Amino acid sequence: MSVPVLFGRLRRHRLFPLILLAAMIVLLPLLFPSAYYYRVAALVFIFAIAAIGLNLLMGFAGQVSLGHAGFMGVGAYAVAIGPTHLGIPPLVSFVLGAMLSGLVAFVVGRPILRLRGHYLAVATLGFGVLLAIVFTNEAAWTGGPDGMTVPRLTLLAWSLRSADAWYWVLAVSFLVSAALALNLIDSPTGRALRAIHDSEIAARVLGIDVAQKKLMIFVVSAVYASIAGSYLALMNGYITPDVSDFLRSMELVAMVALGGMGSVIGSLVGSAVLVILPQSLTFFHDYEQVVLGLVVMGVMIFLRGGIVPSLAAALGVRRT
Amino acid sequence: MSVLSAEHLSMAFGGVRAVDGVSFDVAPGIVFSIIGPNGAGKTTLFNLISGLCLPDAGRVRLCGEDVTALAPEQLARRGLSRTFQNLQIFSHLTAIENVMVGRHRHEATGIVADLLHLPAVGRQNRRTRQAAAEALARVGLQDMAERPAGSLAYGDLKRLEIARSLASEPTVLLLDEPAAGCNPVETAEIEDIIRGIAGDGVTIVLVEHDMRLVMNVSDHIHVLANGRTLAEGTAAEVRSNPAVIEAYLGVRNAREDAGAVG
Repeated sequence: MSVPVLFGRLRRHRLFPLILLAAMIVLLPLLFPSAYYYRVAALVFIFAIAAIGLNLLMGFAGQVSLGHAGFMGVGAYAVAIGPTHLGIPPLVSFVLGAMLSGLVAFVVGRPILRLRGHYLAVATLGFGVLLAIVFTNEAAWTGGPDGMTVPRLTLLAWSLRSADAWYWVLAVSFLVSAALALNLIDSPTGRALRAIHDSEIAARVLGIDVAQKKLMIFVVSAVYASIAGSYLALMNGYITPDVSDFLRSMELVAMVALGGMGSVIGSLVGSAVLVILPQSLTFFHDYEQVVLGLVVMGVMIFLRGGIVPSLAAALGVRRT
Repeated sequence: MSVLSAEHLSMAFGGVRAVDGVSFDVAPGIVFSIIGPNGAGKTTLFNLISGLCLPDAGRVRLCGEDVTALAPEQLARRGLSRTFQNLQIFSHLTAIENVMVGRHRHEATGIVADLLHLPAVGRQNRRTRQAAAEALARVGLQDMAERPAGSLAYGDLKRLEIARSLASEPTVLLLDEPAAGCNPVETAEIEDIIRGIAGDGVTIVLVEHDMRLVMNVSDHIHVLANGRTLAEGTAAEVRSNPAVIEAYLGVRNAREDAGAVG
């Protein structure tokens, strides 16, 4: 097979965007003048993982959640409480946290996902607020509003501490999370979810169990958020109830919408914008939030559908 | 034995009896049409049969089994599929993906396998795509396969819905006004498609306002008026039934317009 043919096949592969992205991730540190940049990039990956999970729910299945930071909180406090209070190793706590988040999502998802539109939004919002209150009030376990320290993650004899080590670990985690989500698009489950987004009634008469599919993707998206929360706690070495508060949930929704609903790469872009922009807007001092708000509004008005889908449409690329 | 039957179905919205004690039996492999003036209860009857509404009274049987209380997705798995008068297209999916969703009940799905895109998922995807391409070709949309469904013309969308239902390989196919809003050329295409599907032994239940189409394709016609059965029989019997002519045209012009009903 000739090289152009091979390249053509590669280009059409569903994971092709990730191959490009992986190359960029490898080369990016050449531009980093200090450890601070590694840290910011690592934060981008963490929020991108959470945003991809939420995007599966919002962008694919068309169901909103305004309480997803609650699951980030579950993951974050799992790696804090597990080793500190229960003597469970951090890595095991990490996995248990993800499983607990999935279980919680399964239990609350059943009644909540019967609701539609605004009612679903309010119910998930209430759920997120509820979890944040629990983390704040159970001070004996969580340290209350002051938060608690999180023991370092040790892999074999290697203690994960430096910003550049976290950069590489999170880059790989992000790529895996993105690959799983991209895999889903062109699969029976992915088609069913996208069908539900457009017409629940048509999906049902074609034999799709809509309630079950929604619940399943809610669980998956909760696990994504939980993993992101665990990473955040482990990297910072410290955790407060802020990780799960309402503003954080809104931030996740903004990342998904900004980057593009249903676009996996968009979730990375959305996360990058909302993590990096505040850092680079410190120049505006007190007006930082105002400028951030204006930028977000501008993007949503002029790039309707989100950054990545709008640019892809302009360039004639179909799948993102 | 009838493949689909309604037994004394009734459904009221407030004080209006939309469907009032309707019974019928559909023999396997025929084209069974339900006609009637606007507001006769045709769409409500369809919604009762396809599980979208629960009747106040009466039963629906599919292949002898009582399926009255089953949800649409359960009926779909038993081989009952339908299209919609007001299109229900997955507009963000491509045309062929729409039809691939129709294959859902024949696909083995597991979220973990799908997330990992295991080799079996890839193989099944190819089979599903192949079957969907065949269904698209049957309605003449093979050239539109990779177009986003939202960009197709109205007449194409009507046929896309039929292809999508067809891909699920139904035993009984309910077509809710497949020719509504179509021009005569498109209607003729729909007629050919219906004949083709019926030729494969699929039982078709048709609700349609285009009388020429109904008279051409139907083996049996059931006439509703004000939620009740007005008449039933072959096209010829129904066409010459005075009660039917009156319901459609009013008494005054009945004689001179009798031919126009056909």
